[in-house]
Amino acid sequence: MTHTKISMAQALNQALRDAMTADESVVMFGEDVGALGGVFRITDGLTAEFGEQRCFDTPLAEAGIVGMAVGMAMNGMRPVVEMQFDAFGYPAFEQVVSHVAKMRNRTRGRVQLPMVIRIPYGGGIGGVEHHSDSSESYFAHTPGLTVVTPATVADAYGLLRKAIEFPDPVVFMEPKKLYWAKEEVDLTEAQPEIGKAVVRRDGADATLIAYGPAVPVALEAAEVAAAEGRQLTVVDLRSVAPLDDETVCAAVRRTGRAVVVAEASGFASVSSEIVARVTEKCFHSLAAPVRRVTAFDIPFPPPKLEKYQLPSVDRILDAVDDLQWEDS
Amino acid sequence: MTTVEEHLLPSAEPVCLIDQNGVPHDHPSYRLPTKEALLDGYTQLIRGRRFNDQASALVRQGRLAVYPSSFGQEACQLAATMVLRDSDWLFPTYRDTVSIMSRGVDPIETLTLLRGDWHCGYDPYEHKVAPQATPLATQLPHAVGVAHAARLKGEDTVVMALVGDGGTSEGDFHEALNFAAVFQAPVVFFIQNNEYAISVPLARQSAAPSLAHKGIGYGVPGERADGNDMAGLLAVLGQAVDKARAGEGPQLVEAHTYRVQAHTNADDASRYRQDDEVTPWLDRDPIARLTTYLEQQGWLSSEIRATAEAGAAEVAAQLRDGLMPEPSVDPADLFAHLYASETQQLREQAAFLRDELAREEA
Repeated sequence: MTHTKISMAQALNQALRDAMTADESVVMFGEDVGALGGVFRITDGLTAEFGEQRCFDTPLAEAGIVGMAVGMAMNGMRPVVEMQFDAFGYPAFEQVVSHVAKMRNRTRGRVQLPMVIRIPYGGGIGGVEHHSDSSESYFAHTPGLTVVTPATVADAYGLLRKAIEFPDPVVFMEPKKLYWAKEEVDLTEAQPEIGKAVVRRDGADATLIAYGPAVPVALEAAEVAAAEGRQLTVVDLRSVAPLDDETVCAAVRRTGRAVVVAEASGFASVSSEIVARVTEKCFHSLAAPVRRVTAFDIPFPPPKLEKYQLPSVDRILDAVDDLQWEDS
Repeated sequence: MTTVEEHLLPSAEPVCLIDQNGVPHDHPSYRLPTKEALLDGYTQLIRGRRFNDQASALVRQGRLAVYPSSFGQEACQLAATMVLRDSDWLFPTYRDTVSIMSRGVDPIETLTLLRGDWHCGYDPYEHKVAPQATPLATQLPHAVGVAHAARLKGEDTVVMALVGDGGTSEGDFHEALNFAAVFQAPVVFFIQNNEYAISVPLARQSAAPSLAHKGIGYGVPGERADGNDMAGLLAVLGQAVDKARAGEGPQLVEAHTYRVQAHTNADDASRYRQDDEVTPWLDRDPIARLTTYLEQQGWLSSEIRATAEAGAAEVAAQLRDGLMPEPSVDPADLFAHLYASETQQLREQAAFLRDELAREEA
């Protein structure tokens, strides 16, 4: 197949289309996902192609959407639901935490829930309040959930296909600010395995560990660092739960220094978990304490102030500079 | 010609076909169930009551951690399942153990949750009974999903979704009724209004004329029945199930009953209600009135009494024998059912626990 240049939004749309073609038990529903095609157009054309029964609008109620998906998954379907924005997904929190996450466990594996909750998340698009949260840590903290977030167009396609085929519920976090990023991709390529990280760039001096919207920023920082004579490895987690300790720790052991880059606030977060695990598992390989570049522990700021909240190339390079190079 | 509003609003009074004195009453919309149905109801009531009594006794003996009894509500518990087919689904709450048992679920497995050796002890697919919901009303959107999926697959499944009066205050109750109505999902929402949510009386849950009146706001027909009248419940729930199956969309039924006992053994009802409030409800007992009616008809033969008693004795013995030994639990189970493929982190934690246990044994 020839490579085509498409956006992440188009790749996600194609993944849904291909999954619905491959398996007629796959259904897509949520708010404005029908005629409108979703506020980000991720479901564009699906109702027209597959009909009202396969892709449909629901009443405006997130707990009802996720709860109905639980029942449909119990009864032989593979529902994919869309929470319109990160912070609009919170009404569904009880359904996600008490039912989606626990159903397999509480029934000793007899009831499985093959369902996907898609959540556009993160800032960087000038959204007004309640439109830019990074909510992945709430879900990653919850046993029973698998939390996935793509950082490239190819991963957006491959990970969503894998998530829909996955036997367990997946919270699929889509970085909003990357929706319009375009890449040349070959959608027939092998799809990434859920739960496995990938090394995006190899470098011997330090490791940047990032996921979702922070990955392109980390890669840009590595590019600048290389020009300045410092070679950085960049690990893209792809899945924040479960964490791929093996890939992360192998990179940290190879380089001896690490910075975790995440767009979410740092306190009690995925980034703090990574630091804890790296410190526990790689302590003797470390030449410096693991640093973090995260958002401040404040509510996501208004659009005119959001640039101060988001990880930047400069902040990453400053953190790398702080990794006690003089001692080595 | 009835208006839309008349179609959606419940009867002026709760439907009652056999009153608390055992006297039958005609009703313009509902007919008395057949002799066979009422005798089956009698047999099941005797068994259900014995289940409640025996489970409460086992709590006192320390064999169950806790038991939220449906004592006095057995007519609701059993009518809800008597009107279903095997292919239909039941979505129960923590107080609906008798209902679950009546679907054919092993009585011991119905009590796994309350004994504490696992959460849901039965296979939900075997008798189409969802795991008991302990959070309130969260099971109702699941019921809508099962029903909607059945419709998409062209199956004529009906889902019986149970909820209490307290549960109707939850957002999930609202969302489930609204979704079911919009998608015309074949769900019968059955509210057992037993007047109390632990200590909080109905007046603090709702100012609606009745809980069945809530249906009209969603476009769901509401109906109310005397929750201690097996005959009325079978007629009303049976009609609701028939309508849902026939494609008339979701139905809402409220049963007026009463939680005669405390919320659970851990609750002290004397702190929030007087005995003289409870006493009149003892006279409305579902078993007494049906027994009186059946006796007056000359239908309650000694064989039927013996059959009912044998069924009750059998379930009591099952509970006593099955719950007497300490349940065996396996710590390895803690990690076994989280994901289809175990994660590296859980493998490490399982190994940690195994080592810890090995050291304790050594």
